[in-house]
Amino acid sequence: MAAAAPAGATRSEIYRGNGPRLMLPVWAFIGIFLVLPVLLMAIYSFLTKEFRGGVIWEITLAAYDQFFLDRGLFGDEPPQIEWTYIGIFWRSIWQAGLATFFCLLIGFPTAWFIATRNAAVRPVWLFLVTIPYWVNLLIRTVSMKFLIRDTGPLNEFLLWLGVISEPLSLINTNFAVQLGLFYSYLPFMVLPVYAAVERYDFALSEAAADLYADNWTTLRLVILPVVKPGIVAGCILVFVPSLGAFLAPDLLGGAKTFMIGSLIEEQFKGAAGNWPFGAAAAMILLTIVLGVLLLHARAQAKGGR
Amino acid sequence: MNQNSIAVDVENVVKRYDSVTALHGVSMDIREGEFFTLLGPSGCGKTTLLRCIAGFEDVTEGAIRLRGEDIAPLPPHRRPVNTVFQQYALFPHMTVLENVSFGLRRRGWIEMDAEARAREVLELVQLKDFAQRRPGQLSGGQQQRVALARALAPNPEVLLLDEPLSALDLKLRQAVRVELKQIQRETGIAFVFVTHDQEEALTMSDRIAVMSEGYVQQIGTPRDIYEAPLNRFVADFIGETNLLDVEVAAVSEGMAEVFLPGGLALRCPAAASAVAGRGHLSVRPERISIGPKSAETLPATVTDHVYLGTDIHLHARLVDGEPILVRMQNSESSGIPERGSELGLRFEAGAARLLVD
Repeated sequence: MAAAAPAGATRSEIYRGNGPRLMLPVWAFIGIFLVLPVLLMAIYSFLTKEFRGGVIWEITLAAYDQFFLDRGLFGDEPPQIEWTYIGIFWRSIWQAGLATFFCLLIGFPTAWFIATRNAAVRPVWLFLVTIPYWVNLLIRTVSMKFLIRDTGPLNEFLLWLGVISEPLSLINTNFAVQLGLFYSYLPFMVLPVYAAVERYDFALSEAAADLYADNWTTLRLVILPVVKPGIVAGCILVFVPSLGAFLAPDLLGGAKTFMIGSLIEEQFKGAAGNWPFGAAAAMILLTIVLGVLLLHARAQAKGGR
Repeated sequence: MNQNSIAVDVENVVKRYDSVTALHGVSMDIREGEFFTLLGPSGCGKTTLLRCIAGFEDVTEGAIRLRGEDIAPLPPHRRPVNTVFQQYALFPHMTVLENVSFGLRRRGWIEMDAEARAREVLELVQLKDFAQRRPGQLSGGQQQRVALARALAPNPEVLLLDEPLSALDLKLRQAVRVELKQIQRETGIAFVFVTHDQEEALTMSDRIAVMSEGYVQQIGTPRDIYEAPLNRFVADFIGETNLLDVEVAAVSEGMAEVFLPGGLALRCPAAASAVAGRGHLSVRPERISIGPKSAETLPATVTDHVYLGTDIHLHARLVDGEPILVRMQNSESSGIPERGSELGLRFEAGAARLLVD
């Protein structure tokens, strides 16, 4: 590299001239692993399904039609709105929102606790937070199933305490799915919030107290607004994967707790699959997520100035 | 307001952390309307004392009274004092106006009144055109004024300033000194100002408390402290001085009889607790004059000189080898003595002072 450089050129001059070429690997990576698959999915959503998976290269709106409209059992009735899939989407958004709320409720104090520890012990606490990630998500979700099933340790313990007289049937409920989502994605809240709190200047809290703000007012008017970028990042990192999650609803939920992730998963798995329909559902999910992010970005731009 | 009534009464305050004692029984009275400075090197306890007054630290022993009322049980947000922080600690997500009205709003002012008062204070610090900016869009000097305005807006009983000028560059610092003093006089609020910069302390303060290692070394006007330092620490810390090892023959009624190196006898004022024996004599370099050697002068040999424009620093050695610094005004009549030449030094009356160690 250095040999090819013109004599007298400084390092920064060499880099500046080669800027676009040096970025090539990055663009290639993004193109092949991000843009191309999404593009492929978009195209598939407009193709005709083939039985036993796969697609026929004939352009149609059938997948979107199936998602939004109900034309009766034989497809010959006047179209009405199909609520099944919209219902699944709505439930997923609600579940993901709830998971985000609980993660914030528990994650913020946790992050605060870690960030206010002695600098020497903070990495230890962070390590403890990430430990579950050393175990595969599937295994963790299955363990959760064992923990909360009718004869599992949780029920045994509550029975022993005498709080309940017969086992709670927790499995296959929204509660179980919620627990699974919360448990899976809590660290995604803790880490970005921690990063924000760790940078927080505690002199600001002193200044607020000095200016007659009690602890609650200081939290509301100073701490939360200042660490907001970390909270927003955490919420996005929890909400988005929760929305598309399929392991927790599959393993901990039942027919009534069906979520988008499972719906899409089913279309690509097994004989009953319908690739274009799965692709269409994925595109609709993507549109919703991008819409939320765009709204947020616009709110940021307005508020931040 | 009565100039002599007490705004803050610090009585025997001790502050101990686990293994360190930051304040060893510190006492002082800060009067209404005065510019009071806590001066000392880092680690002397000056900031700790300020934080005890603000309420960010609890005192281990002793009491702090604000206009006669013990404030120990009050948390910081209930104390009628405000602080200008060293790094300003402005709220980055609020405009200048919101920052300045923050304290007023918390005290229950309605938005309109708080805004009017905030604009009034911003005018006082000459920032009225910056009300809608955010702290990040201001220069260091402007941020410092916002911090001052924010702390002044609620009209505190005492304003605490924690090295507020240390983040500014030298030129700006000198301009702000004058301005700060002016604002203090206009508002009539007692300022408690923490600094390690003795020049800052001397130029702005009505009174100074010199602190070191958790003790108050001396409290007095800038002039007292500079001209009549009580001990070696104060003399050495405030301004430049020569500390000469001398033989003390006798001390009586505040005057001492001492023998300088070479045997010259001198009568000079002495610090209250000075006793006969060996002692240190403080002589300010600008109060020594030079002339030919004679029986009434202190013999010295010139080792070097430094030309400083308005002044010339003359480095010399006494007969026992002790270095001594003489500051001469630069004027046409004063020739600069050659290196190696022998001179007689003469101390102006009252220029020398016997200190306790």
